[in-house]
Amino acid sequence: MGQVVALDSLFHSRQVWHGRAAPLPGSSEPTGWPMLDAALPTGGWPEHAMTEILLPADGVGELQLLLPTLARMTQAKRHVMVIAPPYVPCVAGWEARGVVMGQVDIVQAADRDVLWAAEQCLRSGSCAAVLAWPMHADDRALRRLQVAADTGKALAFVFRDRRHVAHASPAALRLELEGEPSPRVHVRKCRGGNPPAQAIALAAGWS
Amino acid sequence: MLWACILLPQLALDGVLRRRPPSDEPLVLVSGPAQGRIVHAANAAARAAGIYRGQRLTAAQALLPSFAMIEHDVGDESHWHRLLAAWAYRYSGDVGLLPHAVVLEVSRSLNLFGPWPRFESLLREDLAGLGFRHRIALAPTPQAAYVLSGVEDGMAVMDVPKLRGALSFIDVARARLPEGAAASLQSMGIRTLAQLLALPRAGLQRRFGGELVAHIDRLLGDEPSPMESYRPPDTFDQRMEWTHEIEHVEALMFPLRRLTGDLSAYLAGRDGGVQRFELLLEHRDAPPTRVSVGMLAAAREASLLFDCARGRLERVELPQPVVAMRLLAPDLPPFVPAGRDLFDARPANAMPLDQLRERLRSRLGEQAIQHLRRTVDPRPERAQTSAAHAKEAPRREGLPRPTWLLDTPRPWRGPPPELLAGPERIETGWWDGGEIRRDYYVARTAHGQYAWIFGAPGEQGAWMLHGWFA
Repeated sequence: MGQVVALDSLFHSRQVWHGRAAPLPGSSEPTGWPMLDAALPTGGWPEHAMTEILLPADGVGELQLLLPTLARMTQAKRHVMVIAPPYVPCVAGWEARGVVMGQVDIVQAADRDVLWAAEQCLRSGSCAAVLAWPMHADDRALRRLQVAADTGKALAFVFRDRRHVAHASPAALRLELEGEPSPRVHVRKCRGGNPPAQAIALAAGWS
Repeated sequence: MLWACILLPQLALDGVLRRRPPSDEPLVLVSGPAQGRIVHAANAAARAAGIYRGQRLTAAQALLPSFAMIEHDVGDESHWHRLLAAWAYRYSGDVGLLPHAVVLEVSRSLNLFGPWPRFESLLREDLAGLGFRHRIALAPTPQAAYVLSGVEDGMAVMDVPKLRGALSFIDVARARLPEGAAASLQSMGIRTLAQLLALPRAGLQRRFGGELVAHIDRLLGDEPSPMESYRPPDTFDQRMEWTHEIEHVEALMFPLRRLTGDLSAYLAGRDGGVQRFELLLEHRDAPPTRVSVGMLAAAREASLLFDCARGRLERVELPQPVVAMRLLAPDLPPFVPAGRDLFDARPANAMPLDQLRERLRSRLGEQAIQHLRRTVDPRPERAQTSAAHAKEAPRREGLPRPTWLLDTPRPWRGPPPELLAGPERIETGWWDGGEIRRDYYVARTAHGQYAWIFGAPGEQGAWMLHGWFA
């Protein structure tokens, strides 16, 4: 102890091997938003994992963010479960963005059953993506969803209020949406990399 | 022809044991008149204490101070017998019922299920799953298989020439000869079948009548055996009864698993499925609680049937303890198995989508899962429906439509919105009284949300919110 060796000199004399993080395998589930794909470490949604989407209010572009992904999945005849949505999905609006509604199951569930239903759907392995709007989800419940998504090899999207951003979450990816002054998405956490500092712009929901 | 005989030595006892959870408690079936009750059957624990079949009940009670006692029910026994015939029907089209045994013609089944040792292990696996003790033998005639199964478990004689040799050592008392013949033969000094077969036919005919000779002919396959083929009934109705009362729904799960398992075995036998069935929970003095179980499509897998029934049963509140449970399936539609892709990319342990939907429906309610589709109606409230039979409408392009729709429009609160697009006038519905006249606009709120709002034509004051461009 006591002897201080400059890190630089160690590196230069090649006595220390400088490890590098292994490159992450690219995701096969692009988000459909090139800017967002570029900002995420795997270049798409984290596979077999949960993504948490934090909202200031309903209707700020949360579907806009997901509809390209849902359109791609349903057109490939993969199944999507929508559990306890806050409003009724409008068929005309969804179809205009390419979603095949025949592949979308809308599950009406009471507050206490939302997490159970989401876990069943994820674990079953027969759904490509599960969207859920749980009212009361604690860390434990979210962790269960994360494990279920991994078991069933599905994408889980959980929508929660923005005030949860301060709490830790087991989600592999956390996105925060912002409607004002323009629709933007902040990456708050992403597994396998540092979250980008800038927000990523989204197109407005109606255009 | 090759006949497999499944001998069920403890049919009545197994029928009773299988409806209670496994335990080591001694259990005895009793029969006979009230004055002279005798032991009809005893389980392993009771036999270990020295109780045997045919013993007087008082003697049994002297040996063991306490054991569970159940009245032997002949109807119940024949019920299990028929259930097993229905199960065997799955393996062969020629199934016959003999006392305490089921025989099935297997020469053609071997082509499908593999050689006899494999087929036999299939049968044994099923029977063990259903909870019946059994002995199996194979022979060219049903009578010979019946005799062999009574002598030794697992014996297989594949052709007629070997049959005579296999039968020759068998004691006449165990050869299931016609009534009285065995005793007379023994008193004549005839001990084994070999000795009997060596006797001249004419003498036998004279002494014992035609019945014994005909029986020997059928035993050796010289004459065909008349046998009534079993035909499975078109409905399934099974009942389980307990001696004690069950107060909690959780305790019904074990018998429920048995009942749905039996239903599944029965359906597999007739290559059918079931779409809805009913569970009747019987109470001591109240009308039975009916629980109807419905599925989206005909199914027959035991785990799926159990899952669905359990989901429904768990939500039932029992008005009284349950003394018996009955499963009724009057309508058995054909079963079409779901096709799966050879190169299916889903995980190997994936649960089929239908099964997942059933599971969700059973807990969340029959209407929990919806599919939305377009209708021909231009009114936004009626432009989509979750009804199953709705006609698919052509797609309209170009007009902005939100992605979230409010069930009913609600008055706009807050500062006046900034209008981005519109108006789109929807003025229709005159034909059924639900006429609307609205100008729809896309607007942006102060929080950055995009709203779909409408007002009366020409006015821009009282806005109603109808959807979000989320």
